Amino acid sequence: MSGPADPVTGGAGEDAGGARGGAPGGPPAPPADASPPPGPVSRVRALARAAGVPRLVIGFFLIVLFAIAVATRMDVPGLLTDSLARIARNGLLVLALLPAIRGGLGLNFGLPLGIVCGLTGCVVSLNAGMKGWAGLGAAALIGLLLSIPVGWGYGAILNRTRGQEMMVGTYLGFAAVSGMSIFWLLAPFHNPQLVWALGGIGLRTTLSLSGAYDKLLDRFLAFEIAGISVPTGTLLLFAGFCALTALFFRTRWGITIAAARANPRFARAAGISYTATRTQAAILSTALGALGIVVFAQSYGFVQLYTAPLYMAFPAVACLLIGGATVSNATVLHVIVGTVLFQSILTVALPVTSQVVQGDISETARLVIQNGMILYALTRREKR
Amino acid sequence: MAAATPIGCGRGAAVSCIGAGVRIVTCTSVYHPRVTAPVLELRAIAKRYEGNPVLKGVSLTAAAGEIHALVGENGAGKSTLMNILFGMPVIRETGGYEGEILLDGKPARFDSPQQAMAAGLGMVHQEFMLLPGFAVAENIKLNREPTRRGLLSRVAGRKLETLDRARMGADTRAALDRVGLSIDEWALVAGLPVGHLQFVEIAREVDRSRARVVIFDEPTAVLTESEAREMLRVMRDLARGGLAILFITHRLDEIFEVASRITVLRDGEVVATLDPARTSAVHVAELMVGRPAKVAAAHVVQTHGADAPAPVLSVRDLAVAMPGERVDGVTLELRRGEILGIGGLAGQGKTGIANGIMGLYPATGSVAVEGRPLPLGDPRAAIRAGLAFVSEDRRGVGLLLDESIELNMVLTALEVQGRFLRKFPISGLRLANRKAVRAHAQAMIRRLDVRCTGPAQQVRRLSGGNQQKVCLARAMTQEPRILLVSEPTRGIDVGAKARVLEVLTELHLAGVSLIITSSELVELRSICDRIAIVHAGRIAAVLPPDAPDAAFGLAMAGEQDLAS
Repeated sequence: MSGPADPVTGGAGEDAGGARGGAPGGPPAPPADASPPPGPVSRVRALARAAGVPRLVIGFFLIVLFAIAVATRMDVPGLLTDSLARIARNGLLVLALLPAIRGGLGLNFGLPLGIVCGLTGCVVSLNAGMKGWAGLGAAALIGLLLSIPVGWGYGAILNRTRGQEMMVGTYLGFAAVSGMSIFWLLAPFHNPQLVWALGGIGLRTTLSLSGAYDKLLDRFLAFEIAGISVPTGTLLLFAGFCALTALFFRTRWGITIAAARANPRFARAAGISYTATRTQAAILSTALGALGIVVFAQSYGFVQLYTAPLYMAFPAVACLLIGGATVSNATVLHVIVGTVLFQSILTVALPVTSQVVQGDISETARLVIQNGMILYALTRREKR
Repeated sequence: MAAATPIGCGRGAAVSCIGAGVRIVTCTSVYHPRVTAPVLELRAIAKRYEGNPVLKGVSLTAAAGEIHALVGENGAGKSTLMNILFGMPVIRETGGYEGEILLDGKPARFDSPQQAMAAGLGMVHQEFMLLPGFAVAENIKLNREPTRRGLLSRVAGRKLETLDRARMGADTRAALDRVGLSIDEWALVAGLPVGHLQFVEIAREVDRSRARVVIFDEPTAVLTESEAREMLRVMRDLARGGLAILFITHRLDEIFEVASRITVLRDGEVVATLDPARTSAVHVAELMVGRPAKVAAAHVVQTHGADAPAPVLSVRDLAVAMPGERVDGVTLELRRGEILGIGGLAGQGKTGIANGIMGLYPATGSVAVEGRPLPLGDPRAAIRAGLAFVSEDRRGVGLLLDESIELNMVLTALEVQGRFLRKFPISGLRLANRKAVRAHAQAMIRRLDVRCTGPAQQVRRLSGGNQQKVCLARAMTQEPRILLVSEPTRGIDVGAKARVLEVLTELHLAGVSLIITSSELVELRSICDRIAIVHAGRIAAVLPPDAPDAAFGLAMAGEQDLAS
C-alpha cells in the first residue's frame, strides 16, 4: 500500500493517502488508467478511483447542502465558522486513532480510555483552581502522564486478545467510562464550582471552563475574514500534531511499529517484538486521545463527565473512515480529509435540513452516516 | 534395467491414434477380465504451475493386488500427481491438467475428492484427516453413515434419518480387524496415540466397500519402527485382498520390502519403472538424485576448501522445535570463507537448522560465532553478531509484501543496526534518510538485476525471482559476515536462479561465509565446498560435492551405512 513517492514510510504514503481510499491495497494505478481517450465516463471513473466513492458522495452532498444554504439566504459565513470550529475541535481525537491502526490494533474503539485520562487532567487542574495557559498545560500534562500506564495496560490486554482488538476496545472503553462515573461521584474534589451544590460531593455532569481556559487556544491568533472567524490556535495545534505524526512514522521507531504490523513474522526475523510495538501503538493512541479531549473541552467550553465519553470513539472512527482509511491502513491525509468532510456535514446539515424539511433530521443523518460508514469499512475486504 | 511401463488398455479396449498424439479409447462391449489388467492407468499426465512445468507427461499403471511404489525427491512431482488423481481443487484452480486417467479402462476426470472417492479411489494422507472430537467409528463412517428411517425422517426427508450405530460399530470393527488394530471402535480419536491414527485412516479407506485403489502418501513418516513394520504388513494384506496400492515414500528399505514395482520420478518425469527384484537401493537412489548437470564454479572449492581455516560458526547439539522441520541434535562447523550446503528431504529438519541459529524457533544447544556464544531465541542478537538470514518462506517471513522494495531492503539494517538514519539525539526518533535509502536501493536493484518499475514499487507486484532478489538484497544490506540462505532458488525462473547463484558466489569471494540450505541437490553440488545431508533431524553425512550420487541418495534416505 505504499505511495509511489514515499520511499521509506511505505504505508504512510501521506501524498498518496486519499488517492487510495477507493481501492485499498489495490494495484497502484493500473495501466488501463493511462489509456489515451479520456472520455467523460472514464474521467469520472478515474476521479472516483482517485478520491474514492464515499468521499465523492459525501463531498457532493456537502456541496448540495451549501448550495441550498446559499439559495435560502442562510448565514453561510456563520456555517463556515461553525465548521472550522468543529474541525479544529475534533481533529486531534481523530488523529489519535492513527497510531493504533498503524500498529495493527485496528480502529481504536477504546479511545474513551484516553479520553477519561484527559478528563481527569482537566478536573484536577480545575479543582486546583488553575487558570489560563497554566491550567490548560496542567490538564494536558496530567492527561498525558495518566495515559501512559493506561495505554500500557490497554496494550497488554489487546495483546492477549489478538484478533479481536476492536471488540475488546469497545467494551473496555464502555467499562472504563462506567468505572470513571463512579470515580467522578466519589473522588475527593471539593472545589464548589465543580461539585454538586447539594451534598457537596460528586462532580457535576458538565463543568464550565469559563474563567479557566474556555476557548483559550481557539482565540490564540484568531482572526476574522469575510465574516468567518478562524480558531487559529486550535487549528495550528492540530496541524502541528498532524505533521509530527507524519514525521514520527518516518523515524526508526515509527517505521518499526508499522513494519511489525505489516508482517509480524518478518518483524520477528528482524529482531522486532510485535507485542512491544502493539503496546507502544496503544500508548501513543491513548496519549493522543487524552490530549485530544483537553483540546476538545477547551474549544467546546465545557468538560463533559459521566457517560459523555461513552460514544466518543464512534464519530472519530467515522471521520477517519470517511477520509478513506481502512481497518489496516490510515494516513494523516485520511485524518484531515475525513475530519473536514464529516464535521462540515454535521454543521451544515442541521440548519439546512430544518430549513428544507421543517424538522430535525440532522441527528438521524449523523447516525446514519457515522454508523453506516463504520459498517461499510468493516465489510470492505482488503483486496490483494 | 528400466522396464517400460506398458501403455495400452487391457480388457478389450481398442487404442487408436488419430492425428498428433490424440488417443481415443473405444471400449467395446466385450469384457475380458485379466488378472494383470491395470485398475488405474495414468497416461501422459502433464501439469504446469504458472508456466513452470511440474509434470511432463507421466504415465503409470496400478493393477489389482500390486503395491506400486512411487519415489522421487521433493519437487519431483509426486504430490501434484496425487492431487490430480484425487481431484483436488487446487489443480482446477491453477488451470487443470493434460493427459488422461483411466479407471478400469474407462476415462475418468475428477473435479473433487468426493468424485474420486465415489469412483473407488482412497487416500491415506500424510497429515491425518480425522476429527479429534469424534469416535473412531464416527470418523470412519463420516458422511457414509448407515441410517434407519425414523419418525422425523418420514416427515423431513433423508437428512434426518437415525444413525444405525450398531452397524456403524460392526462395520468399523471389521475394518479395524482388517488393519490389525485392536482398539475400541467407540474410543475418541483425540486420545489415540499418533501411530494408531494412521491405521484408523487406513481402516476408513478399507471400509469404503467400493475402494479399488488406495494411495498411501508417506504413511510411515510419523510411525515408530514397529508401527511401520505393522503398516507394511497391513499394506501387503490389503493388496492380497485385491486392492491396488500406490505407495509414496522416501524410505527405500520399505519399498524393497513390499513393492512389486518401483517408479522413479524426477523433475516431473518418469525416469524408470523398475522391478525391485532386479535392482538395488543404490541404483534407485542414483536415479532419484540424478547426475548434476555440471560441477561448476570449481575454482570456488579450490581457493578455500583445502587449508581448512578457523570456524566462524560452531553449532553444537542444536535441537530446534520447528514444526515439520524438527532438528534433533546437530553439530557442525562453518569455516571462514566456506560455502556449506545443507541438503536432505523435506520434513527431515534441514531448514530447521538455519531458523534455529537465527533464533526464530525455540532451540537448545550451543551456537558460537567466532568463539563467542550466541544466545538462542534472540534474532536481534544473531543479527548484531553479524549473521543475516534469507528465509525459505519468502512471502511469509522474508518480505513486507505491501511495502516498497527499498523499505524491504533497508528495514533490518535500519532497525537493528541503526543505519540509513539522520542525526537526532534520541535514537528511536531519528528520521529515515530517504535519499540514502533510495540511493542504496537503486544500487542494489542494479547489482541484483531486480526487474521492477523503481525502488518504490510494491514488493507484492514482483515476480518470485525478483522477490527473492529483494530478500537477498536485504540480507546483503546488513553486511553480514555469515549469511544463511534457505532455498535460494525455490520457485523462481531460470534467469533469476542464475543471477542469485552468481551473487552468492560473489559474496563468497568477498569473504562472506555462507550456509546454503536447499532441496536442490544439484545446485548445492555446483557451488558448495561441503554438503551436509540431514536425515531425521540429524546430520546423516557430510560429503564433498563430487561424492558419488548414490552416497547422496542413501544419506538422504537415512541409510548412510550402506553408502560407506
